[in-house]
Amino acid sequence: MANEEIRDGLAEILEEVAGVLPADVSEEKTFTDDLDVDSLSMVEIALAAEERFGVKIPDDELANLKTVGDAVTFIEKARTSA
Amino acid sequence: MTERPTVVVTGLGATTPLGGTVASTWEGLLAGASGVTRLEDEWARDFPARLVARMAVEPTSGLERVEARRLDRCQQAALVAGREAWADAGFDPVPKSKDGVPSETVRGVDPERLAIVVGSGIGGATTMLGQDDILEERGVRRVSPLTVPMLMPNGPAASLSLEFGARAGVHATVSACASGAEAISLAADLIRLGRADVVVAGGTEAVVDKLPMAGFAQMRAMSTRNDEPERASRPFDKGRDGFVLGEGAGILILESAEHAAARGARVYAEIAGAGITSDGYHITAPDPSGSGAARAMTLALRDAGLSPADVVHVNAHATSTPTGDVAEATAIRAALGDHPLVSAPKSMLGHLLGAAGAVETIATVLSVRDGVVPVTRNLEDLDDGVDLDVVSVEPRRLPVPVAVNNAFGFGGHNVALVVRQV
Repeated sequence: MANEEIRDGLAEILEEVAGVLPADVSEEKTFTDDLDVDSLSMVEIALAAEERFGVKIPDDELANLKTVGDAVTFIEKARTSA
Repeated sequence: MTERPTVVVTGLGATTPLGGTVASTWEGLLAGASGVTRLEDEWARDFPARLVARMAVEPTSGLERVEARRLDRCQQAALVAGREAWADAGFDPVPKSKDGVPSETVRGVDPERLAIVVGSGIGGATTMLGQDDILEERGVRRVSPLTVPMLMPNGPAASLSLEFGARAGVHATVSACASGAEAISLAADLIRLGRADVVVAGGTEAVVDKLPMAGFAQMRAMSTRNDEPERASRPFDKGRDGFVLGEGAGILILESAEHAAARGARVYAEIAGAGITSDGYHITAPDPSGSGAARAMTLALRDAGLSPADVVHVNAHATSTPTGDVAEATAIRAALGDHPLVSAPKSMLGHLLGAAGAVETIATVLSVRDGVVPVTRNLEDLDDGVDLDVVSVEPRRLPVPVAVNNAFGFGGHNVALVVRQV
């Protein structure tokens, strides 16, 4: 359930920042190639996710978040360890 | 030596205080309408000058939400005007490929022969100010990663290069209130030098915000006729007391006559010549002799192979400041004589700074095409220092085979453009 909540939250952020349709967002999709998110928007998405989920996404971690699933997993872990 | 290419105008786009399109702006200019209102924002309450000429149509209303949020307001205005001009020239929208770079197939023009020249006097100042507020209040991690592309002065030109897939170079003229006119001059040069067949050219500005308003007010450059917004901008009138800050964008499609003919494009007029000089006199005050401005007009006519007697209409820069208008009137008389009809559209549009020279070149092009000189609003009592036929009350209808557009800027920039009927 937590996963779904995070994924839906990310989908909302992706729509707000980059105009990605929520229906296109699933865990295996890559931000850059599949969802057409550029590096500037990626920074905006990370900032919005930090605020929304109350976590920190350090820059070196952000570089490893290739797919929506990567981001969901990272945010979930960060929340439970916080 | 081969003859240099002739430069023609094949598309027009504008968003101004009089309307969100060229047609509505031109209609307003002929009707003597005013785009000036009083700022009612709380922050402006103590400001000595509270008058502004906002865009009549919010630029975001013509853009997709996601594209708008990546652009400063001046870039939004340039994109709205640029798309209108592009379509007006008969070009199809440029398809975007998945990675955001337009595909190679731009119908009607080779991308490697398409250039952009779009100027701005100030650039993305409202972005800079807004992001500085965020930095102060919430820290560096909350500053937008789009801050730099939104505030950089070449941002509007660069945005249009992405929109149209231009690959022959992107330029941004920065010469204060002459920026838009200088862009058109540079664009014409690119075509004449054979560096491009088509150039998207113009200017944009949107700096209605606390700091720019305060800065201009402290220069004592703005009208303080706060209780009579529509009467405040009064170029050449004895009662003028400063300019009214406006916002908007004007974009023209310039094209070599050969290229335009080959694709069967409709031609509005020819950009027949340009003259650029500098005063080297004072950082903001115009040289009262008007000699730099006069030389710009003389050089522009020489460039066009025309003489002062050919000029029927002068679209004056006239911003409604006490010194500037008289200096320009002196310059017009010295360079051209007292026969041209003169109009001052800032009486209606306010002063669009870096967009002014482009929007007013559009007005000059339409004056030539339609054979009409627009009115100068609020001209009730001509200044004694202005010995010229300034058109007021009613537009004047007559053939306008040749017209001149002036644009001057803080820093001593003088640009004159010659528009000729085709």
